[in-house]
Amino acid sequence: MPAEVVKMRGICKAFGSVRANDKVDLDIFKGEILTLLGENGAGKTTLMNVLYGLYQADSGSIAINGKAVHISSPLVATDLGISMVHQHFMLVNSMSVAENVVLGVEPRKGIFFDRAKSFEEITRLSQLYGLKVNAHDVVSKLPVGMKQRVEILKALYRQSDILIFDEPTAVLTPQEVNDFFGVLKSFKEAGKSIVLITHKLKEAIEVSDRIAIMRQGRMVDTLEKPFADINTLAELMVGRRIMFSIDRKLMPEELPVLMSLRQGTLKQDGVTRLADINLDLHGGEIHGIAGVDGNGQTELAEVLTGLSRLTSGEILIEGQVIKSPTPAKMLASRLGHIPEDRSTRGVISRFSVSENLILGYQTNKIFSGKVQLKHKKIEAFATETVKRYDIKCDKISDPIRTLSGGNQQKVVIGRVMSEDPLIVIAAQPTRGVDIGAIEYIHERIMELRDSGKAILLISADLDEVIKLSDRVSVMYGGRLVSTDLVSNYDERRLGALMAGQTEESLLKEAQ
Amino acid sequence: MKVTAKRIGSGLLSWLKGGSLLFSVSAFILSLLIAAVIILVSGFNPLKSYMALMVGAFGSWDNIATTLGTATPLIFAGLSVSIGKRAGFFNIGVEGQLLTGTLAAAIIGAYVKGLPAFIHIPLCFAGAWLVGGLIGVFSVKLKQIMKVSELIITVMLNYVILYLVDLIVNRFFLKPPGHLVRTIDIQKSARLATLVPHTRLNTGIFIAILAVAFLWWIYHKTRFGYEVTAAGLNKKAAETGGIRINRKVALAMFISGGLAAMGGAVETMGVHGFYIANMSAGYGYDGLTISIMGAGSPVGSTIAAVLFGALRAGSSNMNRTTNIPGEFITILQALVILFVSTPHLISFIFDKLSRKKALDCEVSG
Repeated sequence: MPAEVVKMRGICKAFGSVRANDKVDLDIFKGEILTLLGENGAGKTTLMNVLYGLYQADSGSIAINGKAVHISSPLVATDLGISMVHQHFMLVNSMSVAENVVLGVEPRKGIFFDRAKSFEEITRLSQLYGLKVNAHDVVSKLPVGMKQRVEILKALYRQSDILIFDEPTAVLTPQEVNDFFGVLKSFKEAGKSIVLITHKLKEAIEVSDRIAIMRQGRMVDTLEKPFADINTLAELMVGRRIMFSIDRKLMPEELPVLMSLRQGTLKQDGVTRLADINLDLHGGEIHGIAGVDGNGQTELAEVLTGLSRLTSGEILIEGQVIKSPTPAKMLASRLGHIPEDRSTRGVISRFSVSENLILGYQTNKIFSGKVQLKHKKIEAFATETVKRYDIKCDKISDPIRTLSGGNQQKVVIGRVMSEDPLIVIAAQPTRGVDIGAIEYIHERIMELRDSGKAILLISADLDEVIKLSDRVSVMYGGRLVSTDLVSNYDERRLGALMAGQTEESLLKEAQ
Repeated sequence: MKVTAKRIGSGLLSWLKGGSLLFSVSAFILSLLIAAVIILVSGFNPLKSYMALMVGAFGSWDNIATTLGTATPLIFAGLSVSIGKRAGFFNIGVEGQLLTGTLAAAIIGAYVKGLPAFIHIPLCFAGAWLVGGLIGVFSVKLKQIMKVSELIITVMLNYVILYLVDLIVNRFFLKPPGHLVRTIDIQKSARLATLVPHTRLNTGIFIAILAVAFLWWIYHKTRFGYEVTAAGLNKKAAETGGIRINRKVALAMFISGGLAAMGGAVETMGVHGFYIANMSAGYGYDGLTISIMGAGSPVGSTIAAVLFGALRAGSSNMNRTTNIPGEFITILQALVILFVSTPHLISFIFDKLSRKKALDCEVSG
């Protein structure tokens, strides 16, 4: 057994009354890929933030290479050879790759910044590990996968031996994920230790040497190769059995078109965000949009919900053209919206649970007269909805920010579903939500489909799209490059389309 | 032992996070303490000085009346800032909106004749509200259409209005012979009755209390209150919820500017009986601090307004009995602003304290 580079013992960290880490032990060995697996809120990121010096543990000890250390800040961690690549990149968009990488520890020539040397150094590092990043590129022009590599370069440049990645694959295409795993393996061969924080079971099994599973702030188990199957892992992670497949009701051949987008084009600041999109949403069908984040999915949802106005094209609901759509108009046409970004569009964090439950429906006659709100009715509705949608909160008057992400999302979903919508635009409905809640949300969406509603499911999680959808469109560069029944796709074809290849080029390849 | 100390510490902290009333109180106490040090360093006795301040503000019925009378326009100013803030618009233009109210009330009060009081007084208020409200709407429309920062718009408008109001009086409504920039006296039918003779306290305070209730009703009972609060807290979520933000915020600013102008009108109709240059004395700016101290709640702002009224009223007594210049109150107010508007500073201080306590416990326990 190689020596452990990191030895964490009895780490405790509480936020208010929540114990994010409860006496957690963790070893990290030299030259291994260790996956920290757990639901959102299991305490994985907290534990790593403690190691990286962003948080101070309430109690417990950390030893690096056998020496007890006190990691009081990320600077100390960097000195100890620990780097962390966060979910949200911390890059200066207007600067070049090399400038970003050396920022803070710039090579100097006298008192001046030695630009030439930094470019040289970064190019060398990039080649050494096969990262294929051009040091001169401006960061804002790079695709997400490349930005991530810039973050990795930062860690390498600071000569880190322990690299922590927080949900690194969330933003990558399947191909990019493969490349990324390749890079990880080359680090491992170079003797570096990698920690991967994830809740994706498949990835954990594919790439790790060991898997450490956390649940509710505790370390549940540490597994060595060969790993158990996905179901066992999931059970360890959640603490109970999880259903992975969903029964779907068979639908008739001919389904009614409830909503259509015709030749939808959207230009913003001279940039074409959506190009000539034709889309029909059928009642009783989940229409999934697969694609890497940032290929127009956000704009598509905004156009369909009235938040953005099409530059050209039209939107029809049940055959009626909606003239100059606004959110209020679309809501009145029984279009429910589960916004992709819960914290900015979905909920108002300082509003109470019940106030959030009526947002969008506050003009509804049940909730409000001409001037005054009907507080009693709202309370009754909120109490019932909280019960029906299994929203865990102390009181409906609590601010929604005190709820977990999953429960906040249930508020959003309960709000939409209680209003008996005809069409639902569900954008990233399970982003940042724990596995138990994901399962629950999937069931509710399925219920909607089975009751004959039309659902547009936009998700960056390809597994989710494949699992739920009847029909899938792939979005790339603001276009729908392919639409087909889900059973006609395989993962390779989807991945290639998401990465920008066309159906024609795929056909040619096949021949 | 350590855990409980920690818990108390973090509990204290969450209480002290900006925006709560308790936070405001602790900020105020902290300001008093630091001001005491300044008094001490200047060679005065802080205890005596604060006693004099208290006596000046609350020592007799007349003093209390003066305090409340001074508080009246401040209540309006605080409410005005409060509803603007709720809608997400930081209205520094209260001073100007208040001034237009003083003039509108002075003109309608003086030149509209032959009306009974129960029509004349509401007419003056309505006129003041309309002018102030429209300026509020104008400020917010500049922001919405031209995307100019509201801080620049409102601060600049204050100056424009300050001089414009004087210009209007000078050109059209100057009371002969014109030694002073003031209008003629308003009609008896437009006067608000003085409640305690020879003090500033007048029936305007009841209207202020009505305004407090009105705002409370808007915030807690109406759909408009719900929608405008949503727009102020999270524009994008409000937009997604079908709320027409620009309209709601404009209406909120109509109320904000209107309330500010009401404060000015009360000064004209209840205290002076005419418009005179420089009559606002910075009420609008005090309104900013008052609203922040009041943590956005109408009742909280009222308490803060009375506190500021007391400071203003008590300062002259402090000046007479201890020789501390009246300007000292400005220092005290500045300290309050500093602490109230920088929540992190207070949290930081208490964080240090509670952490030290926790450490002490750890050692002893």
